[in-house]
Amino acid sequence: MRQKLVLIGNGMAGMRTVEELLKQDSDLYEITVFGDEPHGNYNRILLSPLLSGEKSLDDIMLNRTEWYAQNGITLNTGKRIESIDRKRRVVIASDGAETPYDRLILATGSRPFVIPIPGKDLPGVISFRDIHDVEAMLESSRTGKHAVVIGGGLLGLEAANGLMKQGMDVTVVHLLDTLMERQLDKPAATLLKASLEARGLRFLMQARTEAFVGEDRVTAVRFEDGHEVPADLVVMAVGIRPNTELATRAGLYCERGVVVDDTLQTYDPRIYAVGECVQHRGETYGLVAPLFEQARVCANHLAQYGIARYEGSVTSTKLKVTGIDLFSAGDFSGGDGAEEIVMQDAAGGVYKKLVLRDNRIEGAVLYGDTVEGAWYFQLMREETDISDFRDRILFGRHHLGDSGHGGQNQAVLMANDAQVCDCNGVCKGDIVNAITQKGLFTLDDVKTHTKASASCGSCTGLVEQILASTLGGDYESPEHKPMCKCIDLTHDQVRAAIRDQHLKSVRSAMDFMEWKTPDGCAACRPALNYYLISTWPEEAADEYQSRFINERAHANIQKDGTYSVVPRIFGGETSPAQLRALAEVAEKYDVPTVKITGGQRIDMLGLRKEQLPGIWGDLAAAGFVSGHAYGKAMRTVKTCVGSQWCRFGVQDSTRMGIELEKLTWGSWTPHKFKLAVSGCPRNCAEATIKDFGVVAIDSGWELHVGGNGGVKVRATDLLCRVETETEVLEYCGAFMQVYREEARYLERTAPWVERVGLSYVKQRVVEDEIGRKALFRRFLDSQEIYQFDPWEQRARGVDEHEFTVMRQVGG
Amino acid sequence: MDPEWLEVGHLEDIPRLGARVVRTPQEDIAVFRTAGDEVFALRDKCPHKGGPLSQGIVHDRSVTCPLHNWCIHLDSGKARAPDEGSTVRYDVRVENRTVYLSLSPVAP
Repeated sequence: MRQKLVLIGNGMAGMRTVEELLKQDSDLYEITVFGDEPHGNYNRILLSPLLSGEKSLDDIMLNRTEWYAQNGITLNTGKRIESIDRKRRVVIASDGAETPYDRLILATGSRPFVIPIPGKDLPGVISFRDIHDVEAMLESSRTGKHAVVIGGGLLGLEAANGLMKQGMDVTVVHLLDTLMERQLDKPAATLLKASLEARGLRFLMQARTEAFVGEDRVTAVRFEDGHEVPADLVVMAVGIRPNTELATRAGLYCERGVVVDDTLQTYDPRIYAVGECVQHRGETYGLVAPLFEQARVCANHLAQYGIARYEGSVTSTKLKVTGIDLFSAGDFSGGDGAEEIVMQDAAGGVYKKLVLRDNRIEGAVLYGDTVEGAWYFQLMREETDISDFRDRILFGRHHLGDSGHGGQNQAVLMANDAQVCDCNGVCKGDIVNAITQKGLFTLDDVKTHTKASASCGSCTGLVEQILASTLGGDYESPEHKPMCKCIDLTHDQVRAAIRDQHLKSVRSAMDFMEWKTPDGCAACRPALNYYLISTWPEEAADEYQSRFINERAHANIQKDGTYSVVPRIFGGETSPAQLRALAEVAEKYDVPTVKITGGQRIDMLGLRKEQLPGIWGDLAAAGFVSGHAYGKAMRTVKTCVGSQWCRFGVQDSTRMGIELEKLTWGSWTPHKFKLAVSGCPRNCAEATIKDFGVVAIDSGWELHVGGNGGVKVRATDLLCRVETETEVLEYCGAFMQVYREEARYLERTAPWVERVGLSYVKQRVVEDEIGRKALFRRFLDSQEIYQFDPWEQRARGVDEHEFTVMRQVGG
Repeated sequence: MDPEWLEVGHLEDIPRLGARVVRTPQEDIAVFRTAGDEVFALRDKCPHKGGPLSQGIVHDRSVTCPLHNWCIHLDSGKARAPDEGSTVRYDVRVENRTVYLSLSPVAP
């Protein structure tokens, strides 16, 4: 017998909860939904484009009535629930019908606030809240000419813009002297007002409405000073109030909204509440992103996982008026101890303000150029210390795009046919269409449906920008991104649990954290395995089936299913004997392609899998070990000839490179890890685009970190200068160890350094001498376990099943 | 023994959450073993770009292709939505921990 779940409210918050629940457990409940409106579930944030004619009703549907049937959900549209009998656990509809529940979700949303003045009930005076209102507004625009919008906030301006697009003559009436006073400061509001006026909107500021005039229908709006403005339509958009009527009647504790705890439970634990009707930690929310976060947590509890918590949301807004770029987030009021960074170009129509406290972003207002909004918002939510790039922050993130997209983000300016994801050939238009037509809200959704950013990930920033600019402030950039769909915890939380609970196997980690899938997926298992062996190198079991094929087979899989091998050549220095041995092996195995790699090593491509143990045996006999070119591991140390031969070389960079490679080979890292050593500041080994780069100077060595020559070019940051070789090795090992212990799986050093800040890395590796030595010690301890040649082992027969067929039939 | 069934080895020859290849003159067949010791067989080619499914990571009743991360259901050979496509499936039987494979492909 399945439990009965009843949802009151067929809006975005409630239905998102149901969708999340179905994803986690589709069999637990028999679900019944009650909705006031006669439709399926639609995307309320797209009401403005619906009004302005940029979208059709079809475009904004999220779930049609067929969807409910397909998922076994009973949908009652146009049916009001009048009361809840909590003792008998039934909900009672207006026609007296009773529906029993075991669990109940209240998602009754909010109601538009109506100013209590004469004439408020006249036909033609409406709010802007649902499809019905939009239809009424469209109807009025066909017959009438004059519209008055009461309220110069987000909703009011969007309504005014839509009505103007429908050909009406629109006046916006606002009580205060600045528009959108909750989202904008004075300078930004002034710019906004000017550009809306240029489009044809009229404004009456600091105007107090006294009455709506008319007999059968509204004809004008009268103000306190007696003057009147003609109106065939009045839209009241002065705010919303959580709809708590039903909850109050049922005796649930309400303040401004229905009060819930961090699990979205009301004072009656069988009754949950989500969305705009809710008051959580004193806050109410009117944007989609927080509602979705609530939905996820609520579904997690309904599905009986019981591990998620909702801790409140930081929100941002963006005006959905085509052609006006406006973004605001957080608290921009300033006050004691707050600092402001401002850029103002009134003629150019650009204004940017960041409010900082202790070098962390507290609020942001952007007008005219909002492309960095999502980035500032992310920095704000993650409370990133921005002191390392404070002087450049207003000029934008230089590394947001990838090599194909230049430094600047162009999400807004990009043409629809411009390619965003080069790996999968996805254009901006494909992404925008998917977002609006399929009702996508998250990066994950976009990845699944369009494949954009699903491969190398270098366009992720751009895709997020497109999401943000398409959805406006409703973009759900989760503050804490779950590791994958199998678990609601973040990488950092998973890693902390492994450390704190002393978990030592993939199985025990999944059991302890209550993984939602039986054995994870191809994303979380390799990550878990890495966290286990990097946290407990001496104790955790390295789980073979949780490694990607490259690491299982110790060779690179190629497009045709063959493999390539790269033997290690320490420091890139070789000898005729080594080269001869390599040539002989390559000939013996009839290697189709022999290639020098970008990291100064020799790649033998096109080997069949069953040839691998043989070729490794021969390579081992010639003195070679695996180059780990296939792994999330230390790859190569690139070098120049340095003082040994070069007339400019000031130190012996080749020998330094060999020493570094001997120290670090065989170590597993969150992502591939590359080093280089240059013998003089001419930097011929290109050490400044490596994860760890060393440049020789007269007085010793310069150490650089966080460089990347890959999908997103990034030059290193200077870590420090040291004098001796011993120091180079110690600092290198210590740096690798902090990275290994703290970066997220598949996060290269470049984004990691940007995320935690160079100051933090310096503090751990340079300033804290005792800490550095401890890190280096742990690095060496781990190397005792993991610095061995996997090729030699496999040539001896380890994991033989990997390289042989199970059975050969015929042939 | 029904002559249509071909004995290909023991259950233990296939690692849990792993796969082995049975090579036939026509094509390679990937034989998978789940955590719960269920065994499935598919043509060793991803419907996307022909990646060797036997080399992928097995989870639950599915495998993720090692080339571009398409996820294929082991019991049907179908790609997980929203990807579309499917690969040929083969019937498998396990008796007394011996694995028998039918070499007649089952159309998806």
